[in-house]
Amino acid sequence: MSNPGDSAIEHPARLDINHVSAGYGNIQILKELTFQVPHGGQVAVVGPNGAGKSTLFRVLVGLLPLKRGNIFIHGLPLGHHQDCVAYVPQRGDVDWKFPVTVRDVVMMGRYGKIGWMSRPSKQDQEIVAESIHQLGISKFINKPIGELSGGQQQRVFLARAIAQQPHILLMDEPFTGVDIGTQETALNLLEELHKQGVTVMVSTHDLNMAAERFKLVLLLNRTMIAFGPPSDVLTPEKIRTAFGGKVLFINGAVVVDECCPPADQDNSGA
Amino acid sequence: MSAALLQIRIIREHSQMVSLLLSPLSYSFMQRGMAAAILVGILCSIVGCYVVLRSMAFLGDAVAHAILPGVAIAYLLNSSLTTGALIAAILVALGIGILTRQGNIKEDTAIGILFTAALALGVALISTIRTYAMDLSHILFGNILGVTQGDLWLTAALSVVVLGAIVILYRPFLIISFDPILAATLRLRISLLNNLLMILLAITIVIALQTVGIGLVAAMLVTPPATAFLLTRRLVPMMFLSAMIGVFSSVAGLYFSFYWNIASGAAIVLTATLVFVLVFLFAPHRGLIWQKIQKRSAL
Ligand SMILES: Nc1ncnc2c1ncn2[C@@H]1O[C@H](COP(=O)(O)OP(=O)(O)O)[C@@H](O)[C@H]1O
Ligand SMILES: [Mg+2]
Repeated sequence: MSNPGDSAIEHPARLDINHVSAGYGNIQILKELTFQVPHGGQVAVVGPNGAGKSTLFRVLVGLLPLKRGNIFIHGLPLGHHQDCVAYVPQRGDVDWKFPVTVRDVVMMGRYGKIGWMSRPSKQDQEIVAESIHQLGISKFINKPIGELSGGQQQRVFLARAIAQQPHILLMDEPFTGVDIGTQETALNLLEELHKQGVTVMVSTHDLNMAAERFKLVLLLNRTMIAFGPPSDVLTPEKIRTAFGGKVLFINGAVVVDECCPPADQDNSGA
Repeated sequence: MSAALLQIRIIREHSQMVSLLLSPLSYSFMQRGMAAAILVGILCSIVGCYVVLRSMAFLGDAVAHAILPGVAIAYLLNSSLTTGALIAAILVALGIGILTRQGNIKEDTAIGILFTAALALGVALISTIRTYAMDLSHILFGNILGVTQGDLWLTAALSVVVLGAIVILYRPFLIISFDPILAATLRLRISLLNNLLMILLAITIVIALQTVGIGLVAAMLVTPPATAFLLTRRLVPMMFLSAMIGVFSSVAGLYFSFYWNIASGAAIVLTATLVFVLVFLFAPHRGLIWQKIQKRSAL
């Protein structure tokens, strides 16, 4: 029996981020982030729109160069690892009309291990089938991805990330703008990944979900406001620092008014 | 009795048809032209799949036009026109890549600047040549019946190189085209691969000049793949079908050209366009008529 988690259990990933600054061109977005994620830790990255959550993920997969600081995975600097980090972008920035089926896309998660020319092994096929099954998209396996709904497309990209058998999985807002079913699937996936010891970072602006489902929370708004267990991080005072005046506390639940991104951040990002 | 007669008539018509198809091939220039047309049909249609999927049609057209100065210089130096075309095509293809990647100029602007500049240079050079007439007009409109044995060998060799690269680099090309973010996380050398694809495109265009000429190369790169796109849902079948459409158009176009005395390049492109229009109208699922019917039955 193949188990997508095998290699992850052997080498659970520790992620060290030291004094990291990054941005686009001359504009600095992230300033001086320093935190460590332990082996198999699951972190919710929380912050308002424009806080730099997506930017942080792009830095962690090497899409965006560091301006300062360094990042270590397994104690080795970023770039020494072929594909132990899998990344599910906020909304896959792919060409949805491209002639590929669901199975083709998920199989791409194996390309890092199969190489350029060899056929996918039996094990690769099994891992792909298992990932597809895990995300409940077996019905669409031969459909072109362009014919799926937004939530189904999101699941395809999650399945591909799982098929990569990563040590670190980064998911950018997997709960935003998808149907309840997909949200539930993604949450179940988190539990499964936890059992397999995969290190996970998930960005979200759902503070309640961060508090209930994660043992670690990174509160971010360009700089790191706080990092640690939700009870320490998600205090009214710190949340207000991160989100400005747009937070309401109603009977212990937190409500964030996310209708309009703050004007000052818009300007600095432009 | 009448059945036997009918059979005889069918056989006679059949043999007429066969001789209609075979008699042009008794000329050796037609044989070479046919071989070149088939190779170009396959190559353009397969490389063209990436052109269509990556929206590089304008780029392909630009590279084709930018070949002119290379050809003119080669002509002035009295060296091989094909080599001149090849060098010019590769330089322009890579130049566009560099201008674009630097980030301040949008791709279509970069293409527009480079290709019109190269075209102007070509026209300027040609205007200094008094005796250009035949050779250069062949570059503009193609001259499939003038293909020599040497041209044919070169075409075959370059086709093997290009198709070999497409097969070997299938997965990297697929990923950089479909999902550049995944390509980056897998640490693929994206700009190297993009440049390589550009070079393959440049070679393809130069080969295609023989059959359809500068003005119509883009059609060979775009029309058969666009037709195949409407009929398939995976990349490999799209490539195979595109190649079949490309070969059919090239061969049929060449026969039309032979019997009706039409310029061969134009006949080939018009055949490919006809196939596209038929598929665009009648394709299952994605064809215009199918979608109209779907819509009506949905109401
Ligand atoms: N490609 C880019 N070029 C320039 N600025 C960008 C780019 N992407 C994002 N930004 C800016 O970086 C800031 C942080 O964006 P992002 O990381 O997407 O935030 P979040 O994901 O937390 O909403 C925003 O102000 C945004 O305008
Ligand atoms: Mg974001």
